[in-house]
Amino acid sequence: MKKDILKHEMVPDHAVLSKSESNKVLKKMDIHLEQLPKIKSDDPVAKAIGAKEGDILEITRKSSTAGKFITYRLVKD
Amino acid sequence: MKGVLKKISQINFGLMSPEDIRTMSVTKIVTPDTYDEDGYPIENGLMDPRLGVIDPSLKCRSCGSKGGDCQGHFGSINLARPVIHVGFADTLHKILRSTCHTCGRILLTDSEIVDYKGKFEYLMNNEDSLTNIIKEIYTVARRDKCPHCEEEQEDVKIDKPVSLVEGNYKLTPSEVRERLEIISDEDALLLGVNPEVARPEWMILTVLPVPPVTVRPSITLETGERSEDDLTHKLVDILRINQRLKENMEAGAPQLIVEDLWELLQYHVTTYFDNEASGVPPARHRSGRPLKTLAQRLKGKEGRFRSNLSGKRVNFSARTVISPDPYISINEVGVPDLIAKEVTVPVHVTEWNMEEMKECIRNGSDVHPGANYVIRPDDRKIRIYEETKEAVIDKLEPGFIVERHLKDGDIVLFNRQPSLHRMSMMAHEVRVLPYKTFRLNLCVCPPYNADFDGDEMNMHVFQTEESRAEAKTLMRVQEHILSPRFGGPIIGGIHDHISGAYLLTRESATFTEEQAFQILRKAKMAIPDRTGETWSGKQIFSLLLPKDLNMVYKAEICRKCDECLKRECKNDAYVVIEDGQLLSGVMDEKAYGAFAGKILDHIVKEYGTDRAREFLDASTKLAISGIMKAGFTTSTNDEEIPLEAKERIEIHLHKAEEKVDQLIEAYENHELEALPGRSLEETLEMKIMQVLGEARDKSGEIAESYFDINENHAVIMALTGARGSMLNLTQITACVGQQSVRGGRIDRGYNERTLPHFRKGELGAKARGFVHSSYKEGLDPIEFFFHAMGGREGLVDTAIRTAQSGYMQRRLVNALQDLNVKEDGTVMDNRGVIIQTTYGEDGVDPAKSDYGKVVDLDKLIDEMRIKSGK
Repeated sequence: MKKDILKHEMVPDHAVLSKSESNKVLKKMDIHLEQLPKIKSDDPVAKAIGAKEGDILEITRKSSTAGKFITYRLVKD
Repeated sequence: MKGVLKKISQINFGLMSPEDIRTMSVTKIVTPDTYDEDGYPIENGLMDPRLGVIDPSLKCRSCGSKGGDCQGHFGSINLARPVIHVGFADTLHKILRSTCHTCGRILLTDSEIVDYKGKFEYLMNNEDSLTNIIKEIYTVARRDKCPHCEEEQEDVKIDKPVSLVEGNYKLTPSEVRERLEIISDEDALLLGVNPEVARPEWMILTVLPVPPVTVRPSITLETGERSEDDLTHKLVDILRINQRLKENMEAGAPQLIVEDLWELLQYHVTTYFDNEASGVPPARHRSGRPLKTLAQRLKGKEGRFRSNLSGKRVNFSARTVISPDPYISINEVGVPDLIAKEVTVPVHVTEWNMEEMKECIRNGSDVHPGANYVIRPDDRKIRIYEETKEAVIDKLEPGFIVERHLKDGDIVLFNRQPSLHRMSMMAHEVRVLPYKTFRLNLCVCPPYNADFDGDEMNMHVFQTEESRAEAKTLMRVQEHILSPRFGGPIIGGIHDHISGAYLLTRESATFTEEQAFQILRKAKMAIPDRTGETWSGKQIFSLLLPKDLNMVYKAEICRKCDECLKRECKNDAYVVIEDGQLLSGVMDEKAYGAFAGKILDHIVKEYGTDRAREFLDASTKLAISGIMKAGFTTSTNDEEIPLEAKERIEIHLHKAEEKVDQLIEAYENHELEALPGRSLEETLEMKIMQVLGEARDKSGEIAESYFDINENHAVIMALTGARGSMLNLTQITACVGQQSVRGGRIDRGYNERTLPHFRKGELGAKARGFVHSSYKEGLDPIEFFFHAMGGREGLVDTAIRTAQSGYMQRRLVNALQDLNVKEDGTVMDNRGVIIQTTYGEDGVDPAKSDYGKVVDLDKLIDEMRIKSGK
């Protein structure tokens, strides 16, 4: 029996950003790619949503202080 | 040395080759002596002048610079026979074990070598750690037969600290060195020795570097006698034996004697490096004291690293015992005049402070607002003496720096160890006071966690204008009233401040105008216009509140009734402040206490820290004059209850104990039913604990009902949150209750029983540590013993907890110390890598928040209601 991990309540929403969205995020934060936190390309979630190396993932998770919190991760091997 | 700026691009660690040591050496050391009869250093001796100079009047023969500027130069000793370096004995052992004794190849097959080489390259390119793979190689490379020359291998053992034994034969250092010499560079790399910077055979010493005299200075005693450094003593020993060994070898002495001397040389070289190596008796001084050799200089708490590099002693600091002074501001610190005359502030002389500085110099170093030194523009420092005063004053002109005494209003840094949070170091204003202790306001005790049972604190004086300005804006005490830990005040009233405010503001407190003015006068507050009416304490306290303050909250004394009567509260626990007038409710811990003060918290957040400091200084003074007006004392009489109450408690406890017996009986008759998920025994234990817990609480309640908050000062302290708790009081009056070890009733001691006074397997209340008596009645011996058991566990727990949490905090601080929050709220480390895109995910500074939240809407609405008069 295989479960869809993306539907598990402990797994926050992950979304692959398009090239233009990625650039926007980097520009907004005034950083280059390598400064982002990383996520392994063989991470179960990354595999499930089909992220490839070099993609930026937008992660939206619940936060006890802010309610909703958005963060970004760079997919790396 | 000044002005030399260099950037370190990399640091390489390796071994020194014998050639390196010889090149570095300025002279060979041969003579095992230091000075001749005339007191001159002997050439080629241990104090050879070429090794560097200490005396500033002499010039160094090697580098030409003056003493003090010359860091010294190494010499060298040629050892008659090679010896093993203790620090590398383990590594040598591992290398010998993993290499062939005849062909010198590593004991790996060719395919393994190719395999590991690949892994090595990969790791090195990625700049990853090699430790794990080297460890793996050492475990794999242990074979009975060499894969290259088919030679049988015998196991090499290490006999601590430096003997390497093959089978039954003890290898001499020369033999070891020969074996290491034939190891190829490629094999050495796999063994963890990088051939670019080291060779395995360099771990065997053939030539010994002699540290310069600056490293081992000799001390001249008052008697004129010279006393040499421990290292020099050790080097003398090495030289002597080396000399004897050489002579014996040249004279063709028997093998046995040569070997003995060789052993001795090995011993001296070993202890020269490490005098605490296991398996070697430590070399001792003539007095019997073990010598402090190279390893001892670096190692441990008193070693170079922990005591001189991670922590240093500093100038312009002072340390003394602290004591309280409720009449100075929280921003101030009382500095003893003795200290004020010792630590100084450098002041640049200008046209405008010329006269003031001249006055300081005229006072000299013994009269208080004086000065100790004057620094001329050419950096010469001149001490001010009685005789030179006038000359210095005449020469004084703008551009000079005067090191004047500390005076009132100077900013200093004040600290109490352990410095666990930022409030452990705060900037205070100086108040020069007589006597010998630092004085601090009682409100700053909580952040420093200080009390006055002998605590000492440190003070540091800022030496630059920048540091003073920075400290004044960031580190002043008033800037730290709110703690970033929970977004509430950590500085605030304690103990008598709280009971005092309660006595002053309770319903029954009314004063004639005379009395009211006396209180105000004593608190150094402005006296208002006469009204001719009686004053309530609430009116007096209202004088301190901002005129537009509106607040509603429940005081600490609130009994949490089922239905809140609000303003009609019979305990006067419902606080209402309207336009700065305290209309109902009492002032207690919730008003301005440390950790809890709501009014204080509100004033900091709405009116700023200046207002808050004024409020805190004034209200604590007022509370103290209030408590002095009423009088406040406590004794065991406060824990007295009538006989009738005692009887009621007795009956109650008796009932509870009977109930416990019933439970046990039910259990023994197998009538007890297990709770879900529990065994029968656990169920019984839980039920007994519950019954006994309730018994203690109920007996406490009975005792409490006889206490009168209007009369009883102990109760006032407990209920207002000033000191102590209701539980403390009921334990004194009614019943101490169940003692526990490891979170349960006491069940340890003898076989199946706690003490021989009980039957085996007895489960009754008393047999398992229930203390029926109160502290005031006194405990019987059995109860006392159980009480001591519980008490001991508490002590041990706190001791272990502090050690554990201290280390935990240290690791956390080390992990987080380089993180910083950028302007846009992102948290980055020192490489610029993002840790969190918004600090705390909501970007809120907890110190500026409302108890961790951005806003407290309910509170805002309450305030607005009052404002609108609803």
